[in-house]
Amino acid sequence: MKPFRKINSRVVPLDRPNVDTDAIIPKQFLKSIRRSGFGPYLFDEWRYEDRGEPEMDCSNRPLKQDFVLNQPVYRNAEILLTRENFGCGSSREHAPWALSDYGFRAIIAPSFADIFYNNCFKNGILPIVLDSAIVDKLFRECKPGNNLMVDLEEQSITTHFGETIHFEIDPSRKHRLLNGLDDIALTLQHAEAIKAFEAKRAASAPWLFAIPK
Amino acid sequence: MTGITLYDKLWNEHLVCAEPDGSALIYIDRQLVHEVTSPQAFEGLRLAGRKPWRISANLAVVDHNVPTAGRDQGITDAVSRLQVETLDSNCAEFGITEFGIHDPRQGIVHVIGPEQGAILPGMTVVCGDSHTSTHGAFGALAFGIGTSEVEHVLATQCLVQRKAKNMLVLVDGQCEPEVTAKDIALTIIGKIGTAGGTGYTIEFGGDAIRSLSMEGRMTLCNMAIEAGARAGLIGVDETTIDYIKGRPFAPQGDSFEQAAKVWRDLRSDADAEFDVVIEIDAASVKPQVTWGTSPEMTAPVNALVPDPEQEKDPVKRESMIRALQYMDLKPGAHITDIRIDKVFVGSCTNGRIEDLRAAAEIAKGKKKAASVKLVLVVPGSGLVKRQAEEEGLDRIFKEAGFEWRDPGCSMCLAMNADRLEAGERCASTSNRNFEGRQGYGGRTHLVSPAMAAAAAVYGHFVDISAMVEKSPRAPTNPAASNGHGKQPKPPKKAVKPAASGNGSKQKQVTKAAAKTRMPAKSKTSNTAQPATQQPENTKGRNKK
Repeated sequence: MKPFRKINSRVVPLDRPNVDTDAIIPKQFLKSIRRSGFGPYLFDEWRYEDRGEPEMDCSNRPLKQDFVLNQPVYRNAEILLTRENFGCGSSREHAPWALSDYGFRAIIAPSFADIFYNNCFKNGILPIVLDSAIVDKLFRECKPGNNLMVDLEEQSITTHFGETIHFEIDPSRKHRLLNGLDDIALTLQHAEAIKAFEAKRAASAPWLFAIPK
Repeated sequence: MTGITLYDKLWNEHLVCAEPDGSALIYIDRQLVHEVTSPQAFEGLRLAGRKPWRISANLAVVDHNVPTAGRDQGITDAVSRLQVETLDSNCAEFGITEFGIHDPRQGIVHVIGPEQGAILPGMTVVCGDSHTSTHGAFGALAFGIGTSEVEHVLATQCLVQRKAKNMLVLVDGQCEPEVTAKDIALTIIGKIGTAGGTGYTIEFGGDAIRSLSMEGRMTLCNMAIEAGARAGLIGVDETTIDYIKGRPFAPQGDSFEQAAKVWRDLRSDADAEFDVVIEIDAASVKPQVTWGTSPEMTAPVNALVPDPEQEKDPVKRESMIRALQYMDLKPGAHITDIRIDKVFVGSCTNGRIEDLRAAAEIAKGKKKAASVKLVLVVPGSGLVKRQAEEEGLDRIFKEAGFEWRDPGCSMCLAMNADRLEAGERCASTSNRNFEGRQGYGGRTHLVSPAMAAAAAVYGHFVDISAMVEKSPRAPTNPAASNGHGKQPKPPKKAVKPAASGNGSKQKQVTKAAAKTRMPAKSKTSNTAQPATQQPENTKGRNKK
């Protein structure tokens, strides 16, 4: 996983609450058995006039011009600014895969759905929760040319106007993200504890370990 | 020392080790696997040269992509076929038990798990699917995870988690006979909003919950995720234990008795404290119909489509306007005047035998309205299908002009060929009414199986409670006037505008007198207000 340290980028304002993962990446793209290549289909139904299909070449598809991602001034943005409960609904990790494949590294919102929030960290995306009043202000200030700087080490966002906004993040998640660490390898450092737990559990609830037939 | 909640008991029971920062390693007893969210996880194992930690903890099934008709011809969509075949080969390679497409036990992952007795009280259960919350109905801690976590559980049998807070939703009193677990679920979501349960595990309690069958309890816990809670829970009682007895993966004989003794303690202590308590009067819950593009946008069937102008919060007003535009509905319209094109009965929410019986009860001796293009009845599993056929339910559906299909997720998310076309409107027993969920440009109204069947027969939504009051046998024979727009309309009584869902200040969705009461322990403040407020967590994770 790519480590996350500091980014300075333009910001895409997606001014909608309850953006669900079906909207982030529609179901037909979930048929892929790969982890990459979802970027062109990010927000497919909001972004294109036609209906997207897996493996479709998106370079000539008709765009919905008023959708924010299609506005040239927001091209190559790495930060998405949005509203509450972002990522609700389906647990599909294809949603953060699509966001990351498109190029987003950080998402700012007043709240996130739990599973999505969790999935972001597995994919080098930093979800930042800020008070809604601050998010409101960021929306007001979000204009082409007004970059934000996100510094994970410092847990801070610096605005175009020089204001610094602090954000909270769980220390272990911060550590993993900063260093791009593999969760499984970290957990396997506890292999002995897992084995001991399992042995104890097999003794107290043997039915959980019985294999049918 | 105060009592402990069921969630806290389950958490403590599975704690392998705790980190100083509050995260913890939790042991996972059961992982369910399906074809959509697992290929990248198996690939990850292969790339890292890892083996599954405990193979027998996993049970796999194909469900999302499978066709519900013409199955013997195989899967025509090549991309879907590859995904299904990839699960087959991954399970063969790693030695995981899989119910393949032609296995009589094949079905929706959240239907087959409990049906096989593979979900037991006290377990931790995960699956790369948000509706894993279903299994909380058994007093198991069950929640959906992403693909990276599927791989993590395969490799380590553990997950790194942070403990959620405790919410209790108490549904006391007795529901009217036409009110189902689905209506209770939608009423709760309408009240607390789709983010109302974010950061919480929701335990459902009260007389109305106790009197639900296991099928009903699964429906309710299934939709906990639509309220934002990763896990729903219901304490164990004799209903739970009776359901499990004799199922193939469950312990048998003495081992069963030994286990059942332990299971009976899987309930919250009487003096357990919850961070938030929501109360709902069961008697006031009405059959629900969603009118928008989020499950919180729900109303009693006898209400009116709400008016965004009444909503004070500009962000919510904007999303209501968007939703009504997408749904092509006008504020103030009678919900019973909404005409539908297709009907879907099935899904992990409502694809079990009890759901099919409820739909058949309404459809018996009737015909679908001619204006309804398609009524799909998709059993949740091969075994549900077989049982329904033994009971003659398939004949009732076929005689009514409904289609009787093979098991799978089908038009709940339309990954297979079953889908809405742009602009089509569907009465659906599934769980999500998001834009495009059932097909590009499709419009979804979430309802219970009986409400879906009634909509199929009349061609529009029908207040089945009004009909039940008149006659316990349901509608007057609509077949006679079928298809000419002359179906008798059930009486519209007490028509009130619906609340706008999440956080609305309007008074009434259902009079479900939702008081939120805060125990002393709670540090939240805003929930002391009427139930339309959301719990504190939605204020932001950056608070402590």
